[in-house]
Amino acid sequence: MSARDDVLARIRGALGADPTAPPVPRAYRQHGEYAAGAPELVLQLVDRLEDYRATVVRIGADDDDSIGRAVADALAPREIGQAVTPPGTPREWTGWLADVVVDDGSLDAKALDRIPAVVTGSVVTIAETGTIVLDGGELCGRRAITLVPDTHVCVVRVSDVVQTVPEGLQRVDPVRPLTFISGPSATSDIELDRVEGVHGPRQLVVIVSG
Amino acid sequence: MSTFLGMPGGRTAGTRGPAADPGVGHLTGDRSFPAAAHDALANTQLRRNLAHATSTIRAKRASVVAEVPDWEALRDAGSAIKADTMARLPELLEQLEANVIARGGTVHWARDAAEANRIVTDLVRATGADEVVKVKSMATQEIGLNEALEAAGITAHETDLAELIVQLGHDKPSHILVPAIHRGRAEIREIFAREMPGVDPLLTDEPAVLAAAARTHLREVFLRAKVAVSGANFGVAETGTLTVVESEGNGRMCLTLPDTLITVMGIEKVVPTWRDLEVFLQLLPRSSTGERMNPYTSTWTGVVPGDGPQDFHLVLLDNGRTRALADELGRTALHCIRCSACLNVCPVYERTGGHAYGSVYPGPIGAILSPLLTGLTGGDDPNDSLPYASSLCGACYDVCPVKINIPDMLVQLRAEHTEAHADTHRLPSPEAAAMKAAAWVMADEGRFAKAGRAAAVARHGIRRGKPRIPLPPPLNGWTASRDAPAPAAESFRDWWTRTRGGSS
Ligand code: SF4
Repeated sequence: MSARDDVLARIRGALGADPTAPPVPRAYRQHGEYAAGAPELVLQLVDRLEDYRATVVRIGADDDDSIGRAVADALAPREIGQAVTPPGTPREWTGWLADVVVDDGSLDAKALDRIPAVVTGSVVTIAETGTIVLDGGELCGRRAITLVPDTHVCVVRVSDVVQTVPEGLQRVDPVRPLTFISGPSATSDIELDRVEGVHGPRQLVVIVSG
Repeated sequence: MSTFLGMPGGRTAGTRGPAADPGVGHLTGDRSFPAAAHDALANTQLRRNLAHATSTIRAKRASVVAEVPDWEALRDAGSAIKADTMARLPELLEQLEANVIARGGTVHWARDAAEANRIVTDLVRATGADEVVKVKSMATQEIGLNEALEAAGITAHETDLAELIVQLGHDKPSHILVPAIHRGRAEIREIFAREMPGVDPLLTDEPAVLAAAARTHLREVFLRAKVAVSGANFGVAETGTLTVVESEGNGRMCLTLPDTLITVMGIEKVVPTWRDLEVFLQLLPRSSTGERMNPYTSTWTGVVPGDGPQDFHLVLLDNGRTRALADELGRTALHCIRCSACLNVCPVYERTGGHAYGSVYPGPIGAILSPLLTGLTGGDDPNDSLPYASSLCGACYDVCPVKINIPDMLVQLRAEHTEAHADTHRLPSPEAAAMKAAAWVMADEGRFAKAGRAAAVARHGIRRGKPRIPLPPPLNGWTASRDAPAPAAESFRDWWTRTRGGSS
């Protein structure tokens, strides 16, 4: 018997005749009190992100050139003039940077390691938990580019901000490679104290626009 | 091998699968719990580290749980999803398998630790690589994968900070979330200064400095690695999606940069639908690190052309799980999402630390899961002593995000042990084992005779029907809404007051 058939037979044997379980109660909140993009959610999101020690830049404008200025302003004090960006981000977002690498999939990890920053969009953001979701698409890029550079500048549109985790998960396609980001890389492994900055980007800059 | 077939009260649902072989991997220690606890209790540094770490995490957990208005509804849903999963396990695993294959992955099945180790070793060998990067994973620790790879000439680099501390310190993990919880920052600094090649000699014991040292140390390894090995927190049957929940980004590195990814997942980690993650992604981070959300959660489905590993293998592991599954109560131990909240609130764990339990699964969940997986012999097997490594205070049940009734399971395992022992006509009696284990750990040496004899099983029986009394601070900080059982509380409270004083 193959291991597969053996394990499945063991499971069926262990469950006995007619295993059933009661229906799953879903009395938890499926939606928050606020609609996507509500000002209350933006305030909550900013609070959560700052609690995680992300840098938040709030701009009321949502045109691409204003976003581009905010990106450059965020990177200038860090003395970063170079960034990689996925093919689908508006060119204006990186228009004020001296050196922009539009990702064509050819950069390997070592090449990415020499690029100090990455500029991307995002697909949905959960306010209650301060969680930004990337889906590997044209706006977010393949996973390696948002991982290896040390600074990640991520644009979140206010209209993509939802309140709860269930609302966030409903808005993404599970078969895409998803990355849920809640603040910069961190660890609690030393005396269970949280410190930021391990293997992922040590700086997370979130431009909340609109 | 266990000679015990039935359950007191006939709660066995079906035929037990074979027990995990205690000789392979790390499900059994080499000494009984009382013997190992004896040494741990003498180590004041260890107890200071544990008291500090667990009190920190308890406070964080309590505050982020308190802000969730529907926490109890989430626990009810989490528990029910897991019960439903167990009832439909064969079809869900077949569905998961079909979806992983449809998206370009390969699925392997392993009856036990030895078979899983063989599968992974062969897969790594086939790539020609002589090293792998690893994401922290309980399943691969359980089966002793690192040792198996090493025997085949393959170096396994642990990349989680706490795992790295354990690996560099030639140590054993003592906690399921923070394997180096028994180490304080000064000890970690010493381990790094001694074992990390090229480390800055001016390294301080600031956690941020230590984390930066780990980053530098592992960076080159991540950038060159061709093969990664991970576990999985969840596997979604309806989509074939695997999930890893982490903090540092070492998980993302392993799941993204190498060409080949091998994921070892216990068969119980499947969940039916994508929607079910909306429950677990709320329960898990708040219960484990006490955060609203962990920094990174990655999900992937098979192979994505041009993004991440182009060769993906999923290894589904039994290793005693079908033994636990046959018992209606034991089955619930398979609901565990490895958050570690039950360890952090356990007064026995806090005194002894994780090494005393022998198994990679320590604390309350380990005290039931390890003997469920390996079986009780009624003899000298170290795991036979684990069901007694508890005062049955009930704190573990109260914090468990999927509501596993650990105290009831401990009582059942004690009864089972009694029967198995009767079969083999051997001493010691369960009563004596209890005295040696939890009662011994919990009692002040001077008060041992007075406190030790209370029959824990009887106390627990009372707990169910009697009103509970509210706990005084700091114990009421454990959970926002729960009280402790009145009958068991007294000696425990005395102990707590005496040992913790105003220290938290
Ligand atoms: S038994 Fe419950 S509390 Fe303990 S680790 Fe598992 S899920 Fe968490």
